[in-house]
Amino acid sequence: MPITDQAREQLVTDAQAIIARYPVPRSALLPMLHLVQSEEGYVSPDGIAFCAQMLDLTTAEVAAVATFYTQYKRHPNGTYTVGVCTNTLCAIMGGDEIFTALEEHLGIGHDETTADGAITLEKVECNAACDYAPVMMVNWEFFDNQTPGTAREVVDRLRSGEAVAPTRGASKVCSFKEVSRVLAGFNDGRADEGVGAGTASARGTALARQKGWTAPAAGSGATPSSDGKEG
Amino acid sequence: MATTLTPVLSAFWDDRKSWTLETYERNGGYSALRTALAMDPADLVTLVKDSGLRGRGGAGFPTGLKWSFLPKPVVGPRYFVVNADESEPGTCKDVPLMMATPQFLIEGVIITSYAIGCHKAFIYVRGEVVHVYRRLLAAVEEARAKGYLGDNILGTGYDLDIVVHAGAGAYICGEETALLDSLEGRRGQPRLKPPFPAVAGLYARPTVVNNVESIASVPSIVSNGADWFKSMGTERSTGYGFFSLSGHVTRPGQYEAPLGITLRELLDMAGGVRGGHELKFWTPGGSSTPLFTSEHLDTPLDFESVGAAGSMLGTRALQIFDETTCVVRAVLRWTEFYKHESCGKCTPCREGTYWLVQVLKRLEEGNGSEADLDKLLDICDNILGRSFCALGDGATSPITSSIKYFRDEYVAHLTNGGCPFDPVRSTLFEGANA
Ligand SMILES: Cc1cc2nc3c(=O)[nH]c(=O)nc-3n(C[C@H](O)[C@H](O)[C@H](O)COP(=O)(O)O)c2cc1C
Ligand code: SF4
Ligand code: FES
Repeated sequence: MPITDQAREQLVTDAQAIIARYPVPRSALLPMLHLVQSEEGYVSPDGIAFCAQMLDLTTAEVAAVATFYTQYKRHPNGTYTVGVCTNTLCAIMGGDEIFTALEEHLGIGHDETTADGAITLEKVECNAACDYAPVMMVNWEFFDNQTPGTAREVVDRLRSGEAVAPTRGASKVCSFKEVSRVLAGFNDGRADEGVGAGTASARGTALARQKGWTAPAAGSGATPSSDGKEG
Repeated sequence: MATTLTPVLSAFWDDRKSWTLETYERNGGYSALRTALAMDPADLVTLVKDSGLRGRGGAGFPTGLKWSFLPKPVVGPRYFVVNADESEPGTCKDVPLMMATPQFLIEGVIITSYAIGCHKAFIYVRGEVVHVYRRLLAAVEEARAKGYLGDNILGTGYDLDIVVHAGAGAYICGEETALLDSLEGRRGQPRLKPPFPAVAGLYARPTVVNNVESIASVPSIVSNGADWFKSMGTERSTGYGFFSLSGHVTRPGQYEAPLGITLRELLDMAGGVRGGHELKFWTPGGSSTPLFTSEHLDTPLDFESVGAAGSMLGTRALQIFDETTCVVRAVLRWTEFYKHESCGKCTPCREGTYWLVQVLKRLEEGNGSEADLDKLLDICDNILGRSFCALGDGATSPITSSIKYFRDEYVAHLTNGGCPFDPVRSTLFEGANA
């Protein structure tokens, strides 16, 4: 799928905005690879050539970077990347069962896309949400505390074109291309959607409120808070 | 007195719009910045040194000391980079902090940049958390609109710009020099040290790299003083920090407490190990820190005590596993992670992690022999201390510690002809709803 002239014009404008953020142009390469994914749904040979040209690099230099990072796709991606965390903790809490259930349900394996182009299924590594295990990411939004049943329901709703809300994140999951544009540093104005801290994140906060526990008041440099404290 | 929680960074995470600048200011936000900008930058460095704050990114290096390593300003820029790559398995504190209260980090970045004489700071956030990225972009915009960022901040003549930069999926980019290469638009591979980033970091300029939680803690130290910070924690591990409980625990989550609290105390707060089960093993600081068992329930979770007990405090990522969990399965999966994430730059790690996976797989399937355990330890011996960066060292931690505490369980896989555990019993849903 070659980049059209019109799309290219917009890409050039956006790329220039990205390059302007940095003291040295090459720093723009990672966001620019996200940017070309937002146009083509993956990093195509055209996308690589575009980055190389804008940054005065060789295509080999750009390709070497693009292939290093797992978020850059080398084949057209589905509208939604569904990533099941199968790192140890999530796997043991049920991530393995969830991944298997989705493989069977969708009829595809790791890094494959459904024939309708809706879903790309992936195993992902720990996504910094272990207190919500087992965790599933859809286009890098959090779907916490999943079961095989809830995961199947999420992919069914995505495939039927429904708006689906993550547990912690924007009020609906955006498309892979839309999310790639955000990752290129273009704010989509959705930051105010969704929760602040989820239930698990705020458990310590809630317990402290209930018990009346606080950090020492300012100026109370002498209050020992822990048995381990000496002097 | 028993230890209690000391919420500072999480004090208002239950506020309806905790992430906005308005909420942050209502809770005292940005008063520290005013205090800091009226101080001599060198005094800020001394203040943070005096507080005893140690890096919250895993290694525990004293934060103020790191800042003081920058050479005296001559001509040319110096940079400050926040490590928001949070990817160490089990670690899940920086992401909720940036989601719930990103302004703690932004205020910390401004104070730190002022203290070290930097005018352009970067926050490198892992790309796999898009909503966190949105919140950070919005937080920077809000701070700029209020005059906390940009030119002539609060009329003091100090200028600062912050760029929030998204990574693209690579655990190794959390290693600070790999992060710098990645931020320069390259493959994320660690650099030879020395030179250290303080001397030649981003674009070969003097650079400080700090973890999110380290920097988010700075405003509270500026507001309340070094003695206040030291009134929490232990003598050499001062202050508060997040303890992230995950896994087979009744109420997993973030518990902000003084360093030196014990797992027994934390489990008490979190409702204990899930009902009807008991603690088998746990990580004190992520998967790269040697495993602990129920023997270590009363080990104070500070840098010194955890080290003395044979592990590392790391990122206080307490992953809890009960007796239904097969330790061999857990360790194999972590090892597959290290193999996948090895950047390939050095032979011991690249080849070693590959072979560790092969041998562990064989053992898990019941096809190996007891000699394979020695082979595992031998490979670990050849990785530990011989790798280019700490990823390789970390890969050996789960293996050597699990063989130390659970050798019998490895052997049981051999005598049993495979895994003696039922994986479904470890899941949260135990087959229900499947
Ligand atoms: C493989 C590897 C991954 C790391 N990942 C992170 C990370 O995600 N976040 C982080 O702050 N530090 C990480 N570190 C530690 C950093 O190299 C560095 O020590 C830290 O960012 C310094 O900040 P601090 O002094 O404030 O803790 C990692 C180290 C290694 C070896
Ligand atoms: S230890 Fe592993 S991750 Fe670190 S430089 Fe060597 S190959 Fe790369
Ligand atoms: S192990 Fe799945 S989010 Fe950490």
